[in-house]
Amino acid sequence: MKKTNRIFTAAIFVFLYVPMLVLIVGSFNEGKSLARFDGFTFDQYAELFRDSDLLRLLGNSVLISVIASAAATVFGTVAAVGISSLRPKMRRVVMQLTDIPMTNPDIVTGISLSLLFVFVGTKMLGQRDSLTFWTLLTAHITFNLPYVILNVMPKLKQMDRSLTDAAMDLGCTPVQSFFKVTLHEIMPGVVAGAIMSFTMSLDDFVISYFVSGMDFVTLPVEIYSYTKKPIPPKIYAMFTLLFLLILVLMVTMNLLQLRSDKKKEQVRR
Amino acid sequence: MKKNKSVILSVPYILWMLVFTLIPLGVVGYYALTDPDTGAFTWSNMAQLGTYLPVFGRSIGYSVISAFLCLLLGYPVAYYIAHRGPVAQKLLYMLVMLPMCMSFLLRTLAWVGLLQDTGIINTLLESVGLARVSLIRTPGAVILGMVYNYLPYMILPLYAIIVKIDGRLIEAAEDLGCKPSQTFTKVVLPLSMPGIVSGVTMVFVPAVSTFYISQKLGGTEMLIGDVIERMFKQGNNANLGAALSLLLMLLVFVCTGIMNKLTDADGEDRVVV
Amino acid sequence: MSKELIRLQNLTMEFDGECILDSINLYINDHEFLTLLGPSGCGKTTTLRIIGGFLTPTDGTVMFDGKCINDVPPYERQINTVFQRYALFPHLNVFDNIAFGLRVAKLPKEQINERVNRMLEIVSLKGYGHRRISSLSGGQQQRVAIARALVNEPKVLLLDEPLGALDLRLRKDMQNELKRIQQTTGITFVYVTHDQEEALSMSDTVVVMDKGRIQQIGKPEDIYNEPKNAFVADFIGESNILDGVMLEDFKVKFFGRVFDCVDKGFEPNELVDVVIRPEDIDIVEPKQGHLVGKVTNITFKGLNYDIIVEFKGFKWLIQTTDYCAEGSTIGIRLNPEDIHIMKKSEYSGMFGDYSSYSAEYDELAEDVADEEE
Repeated sequence: MKKTNRIFTAAIFVFLYVPMLVLIVGSFNEGKSLARFDGFTFDQYAELFRDSDLLRLLGNSVLISVIASAAATVFGTVAAVGISSLRPKMRRVVMQLTDIPMTNPDIVTGISLSLLFVFVGTKMLGQRDSLTFWTLLTAHITFNLPYVILNVMPKLKQMDRSLTDAAMDLGCTPVQSFFKVTLHEIMPGVVAGAIMSFTMSLDDFVISYFVSGMDFVTLPVEIYSYTKKPIPPKIYAMFTLLFLLILVLMVTMNLLQLRSDKKKEQVRR
Repeated sequence: MKKNKSVILSVPYILWMLVFTLIPLGVVGYYALTDPDTGAFTWSNMAQLGTYLPVFGRSIGYSVISAFLCLLLGYPVAYYIAHRGPVAQKLLYMLVMLPMCMSFLLRTLAWVGLLQDTGIINTLLESVGLARVSLIRTPGAVILGMVYNYLPYMILPLYAIIVKIDGRLIEAAEDLGCKPSQTFTKVVLPLSMPGIVSGVTMVFVPAVSTFYISQKLGGTEMLIGDVIERMFKQGNNANLGAALSLLLMLLVFVCTGIMNKLTDADGEDRVVV
Repeated sequence: MSKELIRLQNLTMEFDGECILDSINLYINDHEFLTLLGPSGCGKTTTLRIIGGFLTPTDGTVMFDGKCINDVPPYERQINTVFQRYALFPHLNVFDNIAFGLRVAKLPKEQINERVNRMLEIVSLKGYGHRRISSLSGGQQQRVAIARALVNEPKVLLLDEPLGALDLRLRKDMQNELKRIQQTTGITFVYVTHDQEEALSMSDTVVVMDKGRIQQIGKPEDIYNEPKNAFVADFIGESNILDGVMLEDFKVKFFGRVFDCVDKGFEPNELVDVVIRPEDIDIVEPKQGHLVGKVTNITFKGLNYDIIVEFKGFKWLIQTTDYCAEGSTIGIRLNPEDIHIMKKSEYSGMFGDYSSYSAEYDELAEDVADEEE
């Protein structure tokens, strides 16, 4: 039983990773097709670094992700503190509001925001191009906020309420007690929310596709536009590099966490 | 309790969410009920929805099958991960998460390379002397793409729930005379329900609304996502598209509502991944 | 004499229409050790939190040093609190926890070091400054919580069931420790507990509360010897409470017999509650007894036996060092000073009957009280 489960799990992981392996192999391919390997080369990587347009798009993606996730993290954390002190009935209503972008299909979120921007931009402000960097950023902050809220709220709930009482008892104003005590307690949730929103932003295609204009395009939207023409293999090279980057990031984060867990255990002994 | 001043901190957030989630849905409703040319009120967009019911049906069918397959494939994996040591758990969890962080467009394109008539699988088949098979542009390929893309969304919430099941409950069940299979159906499976609901929802919602997977792997039969995307980006019939979006949204809310009823999951305790 | 420091006037608190505090009036003197004692839900913690500034009363005023402080936030009050489960900051070590208040007040570094180190000595935690909170035992965490509050040299220290989480042995040690600290520092302590023994052994003044009202205020001896009503008599120690009639001053009739007593000032023939403490009853030969009864149960308690004796269908608890066999008949004598007379109250008839007595009863009651608030 256990053995079959192990084999099954291994098979699933193969299933998950083979397509990515295909892309990685493709990045070292001399030919253009993913299906046929014509010989090993690093040319695609050289191509990638010569292509300033592609690098600019990658830069755009990183820029929007950094700004959107940072803004959502600060905004969302502050909001979570406010929400947690709402009366239960009101809190439930606000959490339902928070749930809307989470349960709505991305395509609906994207279309609804795009219609709002176009409606306000063209019909009310008379702009010709109402979809800009700012609409894209607003959309990203909007779909990132729930991730921050849903990560921070449980930490606030778990926190011993008397800790903030204690801080105020010892002379902290409410603002001081937030920075000196509450923030430390909810930090894991804040970090998790920030990381989650960053990756969501970086990888988002559907919503960005509907709300970005001509002046500011992110990488996934550009990749989608390759639908008609064949994809240049340098994209595979970029994929491979991003894969490595994320792999390294995840491994380090896990190692750091393991080490701090061990430390905690030692203290307990 | 004491009147808490920090309540006002939630006000900007509530306003933001009203303006950028609730009001946009209202705008969708406005477009759905107006004429594309004159801007006058009309029911004609809504009246046309009937012709798209087969497309909706197909989308729902594909996504239900995908969600079911994901559950079937994902549960043993989640169970396996949840019963490893802490270090292995972290590693395997990371391996499930990693694909979610990579561009799903490119990963779907990789399947094109695998499945197409001159693709890797057919090349392999040929090299062992078998005939080529037509894999791409079939419903199966679309479902495969959905399962592949959304399987991690099933595994993670399942894992999060299974790992929390108290081992003593399983021992208690065995102590009370359950065979391993009975322990599973009577204790482990019911306790996994919140994870199952969460996972099924997280697979179903993006699957039912996808347009990229069907465009790349599917044949001529469109899914609802394709139709909506075309209305906005090519057909220039945003009003009909808005009406279709409303129906799609309604469908999703009804489905998730039913799913949540199954476990009466509280919004605040949802599994987040 | 010490002067008045805190005064609570007509303090009333309601949550969602439910009355938690019903017009509390209380003054607390400087340098006093005052204990709020009562069962869970009696309003003692609410009173403490109002004094600390964490709750604003629905009605009434809190006076501190002659000024109303209803609207003064906790961080501007010269009051510090030792919280129920300590509320130590987990991200700070012992030293930083204790230094917290001084740092917020922006004191110079040398002064902080000096005061924290002196405090560590006072609570016998010298050398523990760099330790993490999670590495400390319950008793040590308790000391850190006390040190963290006291280092700010508050006028008043509020303690909310500070020993509730400790085991019995440690609790006794900490009781002595707290009393010593209170006497050496001279700081006013307002202490909340549901443990009557703790209250009696530590306090200068005990305030017994129930259902949001003060039942009795007094010195521990007075509370024990002269409870005001059946609730206080039952909550503080064990009591046999019977219906009686006050015939005239110093004469009370119960069980069909007239006894001499030391109480006066009642109406002639007024119905009263009669309290007899189980340890005050003398056991004698049946023929010499004022009353004769049958032993129905005997439990060995270590220091003494608890015996249940039935007199005319009413069961009494008697504590004695002499063994009395179950089923035997004994007589008892009551001296005038062993009989305490109380006016009838809403609590009459609710307490003081040992008909359903069992040895585990007290422990059960205490477990329930431990799960307070």
